[in-house]
Formats: sequence, structure tokens, C-alpha cells
Amino acid sequence: MPKRTDIEKILIIGSGAIIIGQACEFDYSGTQACKALKEEGYQIVLVNSNPATIMTDPDFADRTYVEPITADTVELVIEKERPHALLPTLGGQTALNVSVKLAESGVLGKYNVELIGAKLPAIQKAEDRALFKQAMEKIGLSVPTSGIAHSLQDAIALIDQIGFPAIIRPAFTLGGTGGGIAYNIEEYQKMVTTGLALSPINELLIEESIIGWKEFELEVMRDGADNVVIICSIENVDPMGVHTGDSITVAPIQTLTDKEYQEMRDSAIKIIREIGVDTGGSNIQFAVDPKTGKQVVIEMNPRVSRSSALASKATGFPIAKIAAKLAVGYNLDEIPNDITAETPACFEPTIDYVVVKIPRWAFEKFQGTDETLTTQMKSVGEAMSIGGTFKEALQKGLRSLETGWFGFDNHPLEKIPISELSSKLTIPNVERLFYIKSALKRGMSIDEIYGYTHIDPFFLYNLQEIVDFENNLEVSMDRPFIENGDQTDSKSVSLLRQAKQFGFSDRQLSDIFDVPENQVRELRKKIGIEATYKTVDTCAAEFEAETPYYYSTCSSEDEVRPTDKEKIMILGGGPNRIGQGIEFDYCCVHAAMALKTDGFETIMVNSNPETVSTDYDTSDRLYFEPLTCEDVLNIYDKEKPNGVIVQFGGQTPLNLANALQEAGVPIIGTSPEDISRSENRQLFKEVLDEIDLMQPPNGTATSSEEAVPIAASLGYPVIVRPSFVLGGRAMQIVYDEKLLQEYMDSAVQASPEHPVLIDKYLEEAIEVDVDAISDGQITVIGGIMEHIEEAGVHSGDSDCVLPPYTLVDEQIDQLKECTYALAKALNVCGLMNVQYAIKNDEIYVLEVNPRASRTVPFVSKAIGVPLAKLAARVMAGKTLKELNFTNEIVPEYFSVKAPVFPFNRFPGANSRLGPEMKSTGEVMGIDTDVSRAFAKAQKACGYTLPLKGNAFISVRNKDKRAVIFIAKKLTDMGFDLIATHGTAKVLLRNGMDVELVYSIGKGRPTIHDYIKNHAVDLIINTPTGDLHRTNELLIRQMAIEHDIPIFSTIPGAAAAVNAIDALQRGEISVSPLQDYHK
Amino acid sequence: MKAILALADGTVFEGQQFGATGETVGEVVFNTSMTGYQEVLTDPSYNGQIVTMTYPLIGNYGCNEADIESIGPQVEGFVVREYSAYHSNWRSKWSLDTYLAENDIIGIQNIDTRALTRRLRVHGVMNGCLATEDVDGNLDAASLVEKAQAWHGLVGWDLVQRVTCPNPYAWNQHPSSSAGLQSGNSTPSENAKYRVVAMDFGIKYNILRQLTEHGCEVQVVPAKTTAEEILAAEPDGVFLSNGPGDPMPLDYAIKTVQELLGKKPVFGICLGHQLLGLALGGETYKLKFGHRGANQPVKHFETDQVEITSQNHGFCVDIDSLPNTVDITHINLNDDTLEGIQHREYPVFSVQYHPEASPGPHDASYLFSRFTQMMEKN
Repeated sequence: MPKRTDIEKILIIGSGAIIIGQACEFDYSGTQACKALKEEGYQIVLVNSNPATIMTDPDFADRTYVEPITADTVELVIEKERPHALLPTLGGQTALNVSVKLAESGVLGKYNVELIGAKLPAIQKAEDRALFKQAMEKIGLSVPTSGIAHSLQDAIALIDQIGFPAIIRPAFTLGGTGGGIAYNIEEYQKMVTTGLALSPINELLIEESIIGWKEFELEVMRDGADNVVIICSIENVDPMGVHTGDSITVAPIQTLTDKEYQEMRDSAIKIIREIGVDTGGSNIQFAVDPKTGKQVVIEMNPRVSRSSALASKATGFPIAKIAAKLAVGYNLDEIPNDITAETPACFEPTIDYVVVKIPRWAFEKFQGTDETLTTQMKSVGEAMSIGGTFKEALQKGLRSLETGWFGFDNHPLEKIPISELSSKLTIPNVERLFYIKSALKRGMSIDEIYGYTHIDPFFLYNLQEIVDFENNLEVSMDRPFIENGDQTDSKSVSLLRQAKQFGFSDRQLSDIFDVPENQVRELRKKIGIEATYKTVDTCAAEFEAETPYYYSTCSSEDEVRPTDKEKIMILGGGPNRIGQGIEFDYCCVHAAMALKTDGFETIMVNSNPETVSTDYDTSDRLYFEPLTCEDVLNIYDKEKPNGVIVQFGGQTPLNLANALQEAGVPIIGTSPEDISRSENRQLFKEVLDEIDLMQPPNGTATSSEEAVPIAASLGYPVIVRPSFVLGGRAMQIVYDEKLLQEYMDSAVQASPEHPVLIDKYLEEAIEVDVDAISDGQITVIGGIMEHIEEAGVHSGDSDCVLPPYTLVDEQIDQLKECTYALAKALNVCGLMNVQYAIKNDEIYVLEVNPRASRTVPFVSKAIGVPLAKLAARVMAGKTLKELNFTNEIVPEYFSVKAPVFPFNRFPGANSRLGPEMKSTGEVMGIDTDVSRAFAKAQKACGYTLPLKGNAFISVRNKDKRAVIFIAKKLTDMGFDLIATHGTAKVLLRNGMDVELVYSIGKGRPTIHDYIKNHAVDLIINTPTGDLHRTNELLIRQMAIEHDIPIFSTIPGAAAAVNAIDALQRGEISVSPLQDYHK
Repeated sequence: MKAILALADGTVFEGQQFGATGETVGEVVFNTSMTGYQEVLTDPSYNGQIVTMTYPLIGNYGCNEADIESIGPQVEGFVVREYSAYHSNWRSKWSLDTYLAENDIIGIQNIDTRALTRRLRVHGVMNGCLATEDVDGNLDAASLVEKAQAWHGLVGWDLVQRVTCPNPYAWNQHPSSSAGLQSGNSTPSENAKYRVVAMDFGIKYNILRQLTEHGCEVQVVPAKTTAEEILAAEPDGVFLSNGPGDPMPLDYAIKTVQELLGKKPVFGICLGHQLLGLALGGETYKLKFGHRGANQPVKHFETDQVEITSQNHGFCVDIDSLPNTVDITHINLNDDTLEGIQHREYPVFSVQYHPEASPGPHDASYLFSRFTQMMEKN
């Protein structure tokens, strides 16, 4: 069928802030959908609260609403825009759930909006555990024994027939949120209670455990003519019991015969038809009993998912783009396959390489939480790698993670006792793979390791091959050959070639041979072992590929023919992690788009499958490769670009800058030397002295002994951190010598190469972020963002407002002057971010990053100027004058950025905010009124500010004065106050009615009882100076569990109270970016 | 042990031997299926060919007794990027290495199979010679290239005689008729409703299993069986099987098919389809590099739907050569070549692809029902 002409305007809903289980893959899918539908002439209305997405760039949709993704806000958008259709399947679980709500509540009916892609009954059938089970039984497919519970009593009744261990799966939640494996009744009751609370429809599936069965996924697409194709098959290396988002996965399936694979394929086709997904992609998970081959269906996502993004990158088949086209009426055979250009999209991609995906976790930031991997996803990012063999792809994947592994390395705890080792193998954990290596090295058999891990022996055998080869290499490699690279020594040459075929990095080989890494590189080059590049083409070379999407593998033929155009290579940010995520990918994508318009050929290098940057049509050439020095240099040697951009991908490419420059790579933009001047404490001090700027008093310690006197002379509290870190890793405020000692002894290993920086902590200072752009001649301010929380909370974890809402003109002018001076002193060419603290009218420079910062997309959306694009063009030689950006833009409306935290995934972890970043994503609220903008941002984070009810207040002594006004306003607005003894007394004295609760441990009821009884709607709780403030942490945790807005600073509380006031005064309205930017 | 695959155009790929040792010549072709290597190896249509799998890891799930498609491996040689010595699957009985060695098939691994495939795509399939080191460790690439060049190739060669059964047999008596991981709805032969004679040009067992599942009692006959002999058996329908090589030299079979037209319902697959095309007065030609894989999109005009099909053919019926007595029912969406025909008057139809799958998708299994419906009506 050709495309539909009865609809003209389509609403697309995004997925909001980056959270665990829902990351930039939905920017990738949403961006593809916007592009595809715009290309077809439809008008696109988009709702997404996440400013760091490409899809919310004003040119991707006709009307872009950066507004909270909640049913009531989306209804306002629908009312205003009157779209004809809503495409609910491309914005993850968030978009799907909101769409279901809008459909069920009759909003879609009221405004005559048609759900396209998947209709309500299909979504319900796939998402509702009971309906899904029925549907599977109807078509004769097996599902694990299970039952549905809507209450604890239901669940208790079920457990007799299901038995332990039991899997708990809440309906309509994301990434297995609230789910788990219960081994005993106590654990079971706890999980059931949490799960019921988290499921929006209070429904759980209690399922028989098939832990240890093999786990598989199929990515399926269906069109309106009922054509169904399988785009990609995926096998999980980690068996059932570990969430697929936390599993190492491989595409395609490795250990099923064709008979078994076809049985699974038949089931998948039956499922998508029975569930009734009209058009688009779905992800279906299966488990297979390794002993009998019995197959059971686990679940289905009736929408584009994280696995679809992976499948798209793994095969070159753009699932989201095609899904969007199918939704408007096209059939698969009417859409061309972009990659081959000559064949249709109605086929099943076949690949001739192996793809490995490895998750990346952030447990180091959430100490105290259980690190066992279960059915609830905990990873924050992932790397994908492509290789000629599983071994090569796995080793490339491990080095792509950038977690310190250079491949299948030795675990530092290799020598742990066998009893401990067996438990490390049995209980799934982040480093299990490396414990397997330890086991293999001490001669444990594949069968025995299988017994512990249930990882298919095929994979274990491949790991064994790597270990055996490494042993052989250590023994057999000819020493003189390493030194002289004698080409006639064919045995050594072939050994080295095999090492590369097995995916060993130069760095791993340098450790094995005990020589510097560049010596391995030179040796390789001398004997002609170079990386060869091959094309991802969807068809295993059966047809010629039009799209330049490449990966490296050690083989005989290199397919890539570099052009002689002027070209620029952009290094991406690798796997998402806390502190480095979608914002940097956004910048890289912008660089590619901007440089294309300036006529450059753009080359993208990245290893993150979730991103827009790794879409094959973002840049002219895409290399899906690890971001290590070796891999980047190989591409450089191949392509010889005129310039390489390292300042857009976050810390990942910056860490490579010096090595690349030493190897002769032309880095464009701010030079690596100047970047070092900003990062090196001593050099930076010189820069500041030169231009007469202040920084907080500070010192550098290379040992614990040095640290103590430095801190004493600065005066406590001080902020301590290792040098060269991202996202404030291991950064802490310490209040006394004892804590300092603890920190120096446990958190960091200080040494002359890795000193610890100690700064005086400026208490109660206002923190300000400034993004600016410079072409070397002039510097223009992008935006000045005033943090709501005081200095000391990591800027990534702070709410901030653009333009500033309490600073006066003199202060703003001063900030600008400082920024200009810094840009000049550091010879900035491109972007720069400066963090300032203002205390007692003095401006202190906290940090300068002469590179793209996390706030660039936020600022760009707020001011309506694509800063990253301008910066890329400046780096490539344009001046700001030529680009017509010489004057700062100060919007007349307010934009508020608010962070989103993953604490609900990490029960037990310290949820207190501090200098170490812990948020996974951010949202933006825009309004002409700063309080309403703040309210929108809060709402977009998932906290709906209450308009009435009970407010609990408990503040430290120094905040007691300030809280009076806040409390007074709350009572004026009709709130009832609850407070602990000290705070209550102050409020009573100031004429307010207060209900007294006991401090924890001093009597009942306490605030805990109130929270549990749902008798609290808002919490204001500022921390005391005591670091071991367990009470305060408990309150935070309970607030998080019960979704109660909590404010832990006076400025935050004041902003919230003003926002409530604004909400009380009038309805929130919505406006698209296009109107703000007018 | 070292092994070499030498192509007639002088390209030499050096790798390691697995399976058997020795020397062999054949037409070098590539197959893009990611699963089903054992079915590929045992498909008689690959007789005369050295097959390279484009998927790099082969041998992962071993080999078993149920996944064979004929008496044993049929390929001349087998080429893979990485052979997996470890085989992991609950049904696995032998490693691929053992399976090939016992059946005297030479395998070569650790070569750049994508480079080989690209060469075949650009220059067309070509003859090759695959050899392993002799006892003295000698292996001369230049002489292997010469042997590849000297080989006569597939065109005009009657390969069917190498694979057809020597004598007629009843499929339900065949030891392999009960093997296989099937859907479980197999009809016992005593309930068979239709008597089918299957002309064996190199038939795959799964065709026979599918016919049985659809209620047919199948008598398999050698390729040179005459129409008279077939009609004497009074079948309800005649099946024309797949098979290797060029259909043109099979004049005896073309004649038989011509004589059967209009007398009995006829269903042909692959080579059987080509023979039907020739019998109807059409022409065949050799494709540049053939269709071999499990992801070929085929449009079925009757339903307007697309089937993902399993294919294995190097020759093709020329779509323009067909007389107007036949309708084109199926077409390949990748290159618009002919995939299926139906006679306008007679109960006769055929497809170029493999509805019996094995390996590959089951999308087209309805064709077997269509055959039984045809027999029901006629």
C-alpha cells in the first residue's frame, strides 16, 4: 500500500530523560522516525523533555515540545496541535505507557487521534502479563509456569504451585524495574510488595524460574500486508536469570541448528500476528532448555527497544526508520534497502561477522548496593563491537568499554581461593567473565565452569582458546623477533597475525611481551600486519553496499577506498556512563552535520550502538570501532583526515589527544597542550595568576602524609578528588582529618603520577556554569546557568536556570569578563565550559573545560543557537563573524535543567548528592516564568509537585532562619506542616501550626511512619555536617521509594515552593521550541 | 595442515585444512545462510560445487543424524572463516571435522571468506581447486590454479546422474523417513491419501518428509524413468525434484516432463522447475553468482505477500522465454528473476526456491498443500 494521505500531522512521543533501561537508543529511534516521516511530507509534532536529544533539535520536527511526558501535558499538546495520529512505539516504555493512558482515558478519542503502529488492544495484549500468557497458550506456544498477582495475598497463594526460586515481573515497567528472583519467602514478600507498588496497574507475573536456560531474542518486523521478517537474532551469553540489558549478547545466534532456529522464527511470526502489532518492530525473547531443546516464550515488547537499536547497528537495517514508514501505510517491499539501494527492505539481513554487546555498569558510584546481576537491569551503557570471529569481537568489545580492560585480561583477584572463585562464577556479577579467565588459567574444565555459570560451552571454549593462545604466545614468541621484526621468521609472523585474529590489542601484546605499546605497533607495521576494514552491508556481500559503514578485522582484504576529499574525523564518546552520555553524542552528531554543510567529508568513530552518531547516515563514513589509541590510529592511517576533533566526545577522546598528537595526528580546535594547561593543577594556577583570577585555596598531595597538612592549612571542609576525572569520580567533601585519612587510604591511591587535588570547600556559594564559544579572536557567551543548589553538588546533579535568576548585572558582567579572559589565555578554539562559585561577591574559578560540556545541548535549545555546530565549523577554520554569531543571546524566558537519578535501581546505595555525579540524565522545563519552568522540570523528572497536603520539614541549625519564610509560604498556600523537634520549635515561635514528629530513634511516630502511611507530600530535609547521617539517608531513600518530592537544600526548597505557588495560580501551558526561538 | 583454494582467475587463498585431505575441483559458490550448514553440505544440488559459507563461524552446533538431506555430504569441498572444533547442542553427535573427514570432504578454514565472496560476486562464480598438503608437505598454488582452469565446469554437464537413486524406492521404507525434528504433525503413511511419484534429480529428504506430512505416499524414481513407466504406476501426482547443475543436458528428463503435462498434476522445485520451464518451451541461463541462502524475498502475486525463501540455484528460467500458456506466480524481489510459474490449463506448477526449507524459513510450505489440493481436484 502506498503511504496514507488521510493523515497529515503525526505526534511522536520521546522517552524523556536518560535512565537505566531507557537511554539514547530512543533518541536514535525517534530521530530516525522524525526524519523518515518528514521526508514523506508529514508534519511532525514531538514531545520530549530531554534537551540532549537530537530529535528535539528544532529542525527535526515541525513543532517541538520540550515538555514533561505525562498524560496531562501531552493532552495539552494534543489540544493545541490536533494531530491526526500518534505513533507510540518509538519512545520506549515511557511513550508507550503515556499513549496507553491517553487512549484508555479517552483523550485520543476525544480529539480524534489515531494510534498508528500498534493499537491499544495489541499493546495491552503484549504488556499485560495475563493476556500475553493466554495469547501464547492460544497459539500453542509454551510459557514458563506462572500466575498473576494483584496483591500480596494472590502472590502468597501462587508460590505453592510455582516454587522457589521464583521470578517476579511487574507489568508495564521498564527494564525489569521492581522485578527480581526470590529464593525464600521473606525475599519474595519484599519483592512482591515493591513490584506491586512500581507496576502502574499493580500487576505482577510470578513465574517459574528457568535460570540457566539459554536466552535468545528475535527482532521482528511486520507490515500492513502481514509480511513478517526477522531482522536479527541475538543470543545471550549469560543465561536466563540475568536481564538481557545486563548480559553480554552476541548476534547472530551461535548455538542453534537451523531446525531449532526456524522453530523459534515460526513462533515469533505467530506471536507478532496473534498479539496484533499492525506494523513496525517488536522484540521477542525466548528461553531454550539446553538439555532437550524445549523452547518457551518469555516476553514481547510491542515497540522498538534497546535490542532493536542494537539489531539495527548489528545488521545495518534501520529498524526505527522502516517502522515509521510502515506505520504510515507502506509495505516492506515498497521501501528500498538504503544499504544496497537496489534491493527492497523486505528481506532478512544476513551478516558475515560476529557482533558482541557488552554492558557497562556504574556500581562504583553506588556503593552499598547489591552488585549481583539479576532480572532487573542495572547497567548504564553498553559497547558493541564487530569482528570476524567471536574471539575478535569479544576482545574488541572489552576494550571498547573503557573500563581499564584491554581485552580478555587477567583479573587482579586471579588468585582467590577456589571456593570464592566458584561463587564468583555462580552468582552473576560484573566481572564474571574475568573470573572465568582465572578459572581457565588454573585448569578448570569447560564442563565444570559450565556447571557453575550455565554459559554455553561454545562460548567457554572460545574463551579457552584465547587463554590457550595467550599461554602459547608467552612461551613461544621469539624474543629477538619482538626486537627486530624479522620478516623471514614465518613462525613468529604467523603467531603475531593469529594474535590479532584473536582480537588481542597492541596494548595486551605489549604486556605479554613486556615492551612499550608503540613497539608492538611498529613491529606489526614492519611485518605488514595492519587492520583491514570491511563493510556492514545487510547481505554478506551478495550485493554491493552503497553505505560506508565499516569495522576492522584482521583479514586479507581491505574494502575501504579512502577518497581524496577534505575530511575531518570526529571521535565519539564510547559507551554511556554516568557523566558521559547522550550530551556528547549530540555534539558529535552536530559536528558531523555542520562539517558536511561546509563541504567536508566526515568520518565518525564510535563504539556505542545506542547513539545517533553511529547511524550510518549521520556522517559520510562510519567506523564502528573501539576508541583506543591503537584503533583510532589505524583508522587515521587509513583515511588520513585533514583534522581530528577530540573535544566533542567527552573525556574518552580527550584522553587520547596527547598520544594521537604525538603520533602526528592533526588535532583541530583547542590544542592538547592548552587542554592540559586547563587540567593540570600547576599549569592552571599559572594561567589564572596571569589573568588575575581567583580559585578556591588549594593544594596537591601525592601521598596521605602530604594531604593532612595541606587540608589543615586550607581549613576544613575541603573537597578532595583524583586529578583527571570525569563526572567527579571519587570526589568528596571531607569535614575533618579522620575522614580525610579514610579517603586517602581507601578511595584513591595517591602517587606522584596520580596526585590528589585538595580544594577549600566554599560553603553556601552560588555555583554558575558558563558555556562559551571562541574562534581565537572573539569569544561569545553561549549561556550563563545559575545553579539552584549551592556549590558542592556536582554540576551534573544540580538544577540550573538559564538565564540566571538571582544574579545581578554586575556579577553577570564580571562572569563574562572572566570567561573572555580564560578563553584568551587558553587559546580556546571551539567550545569552553567554566564553572564558577560566587561567595561574598567574589568570583572563584572552580574548573575550566576547553571542550564541549554536558550543558551544550541544553544551552543550544535554550537560546536557539546550535553551539556545537558553530564550534565544529570554527575548529575547521571559520570565524564566528563569518558564522554570524558575535552576540550573546539572552532569552526572555527561563529554561531549567533538572537531573534524574537511578537510586530506585540501587537500594542501599548512598543517595546523598555531593561532588560525585550520580544522575543518569536530565530534563528541561521552559516557561516565561522561572517558577513554572522549575515546576515543569520537576514534573518531567517524575516528581509532580503537590498543590496541597502535608509538608515535612527538618533542617540543620544554620538553615533554620531561612526555612521560616519557606514554611510560612507553605502554610499560606494551605499546606499542613510536620516537623522534627528543633525545626518545629522555630516554626511555632514564628506563628505557624506544626505537627511534631520524633526524630528517628527518639520515639514514635517518626517521619518514616508518615511516609509509609502516605501522609507526607513534600519533604524539605537539609543535611547536617555529619557524614554518617544515616537518618537523613533513610529519609531520602524512603522518599525515593515512595516517589515523594524531596529537597535537601534551602535554595531548592525555595524554588519548589515558588513553583507550587505558580502552579496554584494557574494552569501550565505548553509551547514549542519553534515559538520560543522566534 | 596447510590447505589452498585456488581459483581459475589465479586468486589463491591459503588456510588450514579440516575434514578430509586430498585434492578436489569444483565450481566455487557462496551461501549466505547463517544456520544450516549440515543441510547445505548434504543437499545434492551442491554436487560439483565447492561451497563457502559467508557466516564466519561454522561447526558451532556440530552435526547430527536428523539434519541430513540426502545420503551424506554432497559438496566437493567446504570453505569457512573459522571452524569451531567445539560443538555445542543437545542434538549434536559428531564434530563437523569428523563428519567431513568420515565422508571424505575437504574443508579449509581461516581464509577471508568475505574477500572470496566479493570476488565471486564481482566476477561471477568460477572454478576452483581445493587441496591440502601432500605427505611431504608440498602444496603448489600455481599447479592448483592450472587444475582449476583446466576443469570443464558445470555448464552442459549432466550432474544428475551422480546423485539420482539407482532404483525406485518407497520413501516410507527409507531409514531417514522417520528422522528429523519436525513439527510433529507428521501423517502416518497408512493414512496417506495421495500417491505421488517423485522424480529424483537429487532430491532433498525434507521434500519427501513434507510430502508425507501432507498426506502423500511417495515412490521415488530415478531421473531416467520414462513417462510411460511413471504413468503405469497410476500416481495422483508427479513431483519433479531439485538437483544439481545445468538443466539443459537433461534432455531425457525434459522429454518425460513434456509427456506428463496434462496427464497428471505436476509440482516442481528448483531443478524440477527449470526442467518444467524447458519442457514448456522456455529457456534457461546461468546466473552470474546464483542465489544461495535463506533470506531471498519472493513476491507471490496471488496474495501480494512476500515470502522469505531458501534458495540454491545457479541456473534460472528466462522470464521472457516463457510461452503464454503459463502464468508467472512468483518473482524474486532482489533481482526480478523468475521464482514460480503455473500452467493456465494443466494442473502444473513449480517454484525455483525451496518451500521445504531445511535450511531456511518455512514461509512457503503452503505450496505442498497446493499440490495436494491439485491432486484432490484432478
